[in-house]
This record gives sequence, structure tokens and C-alpha cells, in this order.
Amino acid sequence: MNSFQNIGRMLLPVAVLAAGLGFWELVVRVNDIQPYVLPSPYVVFQTLVGDWPVLSESLGVTLLTTLEGFIAAAVGGVALALLFNQSKWLEYSLFPYAVILQVTPVIAIAPLLLIYLPQQTAVIVCAWIVGFFPVLSNTTLGLNSVDRNLSGLFQLYGASKLQTLRYLKLPAALPYILGGLRIAGGLSLIGAVVAEIAAGTAGAGSGLAFRIAESGYRLNIPRMFAALLLLSVAGIVIYGLLALVSHLVLRRWHESALGKEN
Amino acid sequence: MAEPALSETDIDTAGLAVRLRAVIKTYENGVTALGPLDLDVAKGEFISLLGPSGCGKSTALRLIAGLGAPSAGTVSVSHRVNRADGRHPIGFVFQEPTLMPWASVRENVRLPLKLAHATAAEANSRIENALAQVGLSEFADAYPRELSGGMKMRVSLARALVTDPDILLLDEPFAALDEITRFRLNNDLLDLWRKLHKTVVFVTHSVFESVYLSQRVIVMTARPGRLASEFRIATVEPRGEEFRTSAEYAGYCRAVSSALSPSYSGQRSA
Repeated sequence: MNSFQNIGRMLLPVAVLAAGLGFWELVVRVNDIQPYVLPSPYVVFQTLVGDWPVLSESLGVTLLTTLEGFIAAAVGGVALALLFNQSKWLEYSLFPYAVILQVTPVIAIAPLLLIYLPQQTAVIVCAWIVGFFPVLSNTTLGLNSVDRNLSGLFQLYGASKLQTLRYLKLPAALPYILGGLRIAGGLSLIGAVVAEIAAGTAGAGSGLAFRIAESGYRLNIPRMFAALLLLSVAGIVIYGLLALVSHLVLRRWHESALGKEN
Repeated sequence: MAEPALSETDIDTAGLAVRLRAVIKTYENGVTALGPLDLDVAKGEFISLLGPSGCGKSTALRLIAGLGAPSAGTVSVSHRVNRADGRHPIGFVFQEPTLMPWASVRENVRLPLKLAHATAAEANSRIENALAQVGLSEFADAYPRELSGGMKMRVSLARALVTDPDILLLDEPFAALDEITRFRLNNDLLDLWRKLHKTVVFVTHSVFESVYLSQRVIVMTARPGRLASEFRIATVEPRGEEFRTSAEYAGYCRAVSSALSPSYSGQRSA
């Protein structure tokens, strides 16, 4: 019964996907819709294979930007949270601005960044702006969620601030940090795409988002779909990788990574 | 945080491990939790602080441990001078096991030594020793979540013992355990105390546990906690299960219970 349920859980989404694609293909063929209006899944797939040299290069560019933005977000978010944790005054002074940066739509900031920064830097900064806040707020929450008795114990044994941070606060915050990183991974991709689109209209660039914008101007709709497909696969892979890392790191001890049977 | 006033030489010569004089603890919200309380604990003595919930007995224990300073009065604890060898004068066991869930049993027990920068060789032999004392040698590589409540408490006890402290402070350590496990841990604790000659201050709200374990039971009043009365439990040592079922034990329990009941009379909800 249980393994039957498991197989069902894996097969159902696949079946829904197949049915959806089949319906799409059918609608396009029956109504004889032109590819520049709505390409059929088969044409999209053909374009993906045919344009692979162009698309793969763009994918590489976008992924590199995302990675750089993600690393900046992870390092920046955790470092800022640690600073805030050490000094309340610093937290009071700077935290509101972190919130402002987060709630201002990045698509509105991107054109400004492109004016003042070199293009590649501006794109990474965009990815960072979108990604760092979940890391910051989650890490802050984690650092403040330390068991009161455990901190008492560290105090009793005369632990230094650094020891308390290293042996108590950081490990206790780890599940929260990893949760923040999981969100930041997907957001970094969004930040990179938004910045690329803003930059693309300004002239240069060859990331996937730029390809989408460019294909749009040329009415190359199948390539738009193909690029979109690659972006969403990239997002899924990023999320999956981060979830896997989180599971591997926490599996020995944290509730989130344990089986449900106990 | 201010250190409690220490006058080691004074109380050392008096043969005392802990001395509290007119100690009062008032919290920031104006609630006086404790005192004034006077208490002397002799070296190697096993005493229990017994009282209703919220009577400040845990507060007293935390003050002895140096976790927080008294609002008035002095707390003196006999300290050894040399602490560089990874030893620490006080071991503390909380009501919850208070283990680090991300670390194995061995690493949890290692913590006090790691914080004191003890050498690895020294630490490893101490850890093996402490785990053997609580009967958990086979579980050194297990994680806390894999252990039962009683075993977690044993790990907590091993961690308190690993620095070879002179004074062991226990804050209702067995309150959350089932009765059989609690009785077994009571006996193990008595064994350890007889073998290791530690001073033990044991906080509990169980009359039966306090009489069974201690040489002296300090009964405290409701908040703010003061000394209500004290009982010396003089019986044939070493105690064992036969003491738990003896008429003598029942007599002590009755006397301590009746001394404790005024502490509860002022409370609307038990």
C-alpha cells in the first residue's frame, strides 16, 4: 500500500505533464496555430536542440551570474547577521535599510544600478539584493533561537564570545541558515534574470533572459519558450541541490531531515 | 555580569563547600524570588532543597553556580586555585537534558573540556571515564535524539562529571522521567556520590526523592523562598531499595511533608 502510494506520488505529476503537453500539441495542430503565435511543444523541443549552441552559452552566463549573486547573498547575509548579533546598536541602525532594500522591487532598482555600475557588476548586485535578505533574517532568527539553558551552560564554563559563537550559536542557527539559502538560491536566479532584462534593453548581454527579450523582438516565439524552459529547469535544479545539501548536513540530528515514522 | 563574592580561604577552613549569607534575589520586574536565605553546605555533603514550584530553589542553585548575581547578600563557593587542567569546580545538571542535538554523546560530554582548551589526550580519557561512570560507554557515538529520556539525563550527568567538579548542582534533574527510571537514576546518583565524594546540592519538589537521597533536607517556604525547616536524614549507610520501603523512610517523609504543607497553603493553585 505504502510503496503503491510512493509510486503514485512520482507518477501523477508526470502524467499531468504528459496530458498537458498532449493537449497543447493537439490544440496547436487542430487549430493550425502558427509557431510565431503559439509553438507546439514539439517545435519548442526542436528549437531547444537546434539552438542548443546559442542557448547553452546563455545558460552558462545566467548560471554564473546567479552563482556569483548567490555566494554574495550567502556570505553577505550571514556576515551581516553575525555583526547584528554582536552589536544591537548596529542592528538597530542598519536593519531598517535591509528591509527597505528588500521591499523595493528589484526591477525598479536595476536600471539605476546599470547607470552607476559596470554591467556585469550591476547584474550580480541585483542578484545579491534579492537573495541576501532571506539569509539575513533567517540567520538572525537562528542566532536568537539558542536554548537558554545551553547558553547558561556555556556561561558557567566561562566560554568566550568566539567559543559561544562557534560551538553554540552557529550550529544552532544552521538549520535556519540553510532554510534561508534555499530561498536565496531561487531568488538569485530571479535577480539575475531581472537585471539581464533591464540590461538587455540597454544594449549588451547574452544571458538567457536577454535571449528571451531578443527572441521576443524577432518574433522567434519557439526560442522564447525554449529559453524559458531552461530557466525553469535551472531554478528547479538549484532548489533541488540546496535541499539536498541541507538534508545531508542536517540528517543526523535535525527534525526537518528525519523520517516521519518515529 | 558581576561575579558572586568569593572568599575561598574563609569557607575552606570552615570545611564548607558553599555558603549563602542573607541572599536575596529580586528580578527586574520587582518580584522577589528568593530570600533572605542563609545556607551552609559542608564539603562532601548531599543536601536537597525542597519546596513548591516558584519558591526560588532553582534561583538559589543558579546563584551558587554563578549564573547571575544576588541582589543582596553574599554567595561563597569553595574554588580550587588551579583550573588550567580542564577541571572546573562546579558541575550543573538542568531539569532538561540540555544537550546539543547536533553533537554526538561524546562531543556533548567533551564540551566543558573543549571550552577550557584541554588537550585531546587528556580530554579523551576523561570522557571515557565519565561515560563509564554513568554506564553509557557503548553509546558514545549516538546522537541525543536516538536516546531515551533517562539516557539523555545520564549524558547530562556525565557532562557535569567530566571536569571532575567538587560541587555538583542538580536542578530537578529527574522530574520529567518515569518512576522506574527515576528510582534507578536515584540509586546511580547515590553510588556516584559515595564513590566520588562530591558535594551535591539537589533541587526537587518531591518529598520522597529528597528524603531518599540526601543527608539533609532543606524545606523552603513559598515565594520569596526562605528556610522553613531542615531535617537530617540519619540512617544506615549505604542506602538502597530496602530504605525506600522502610518504616523509618515513611516516618521521615511524613515529617518533611508536614513541614512542607504550610508552603503550599498560601497558594491558590497547586
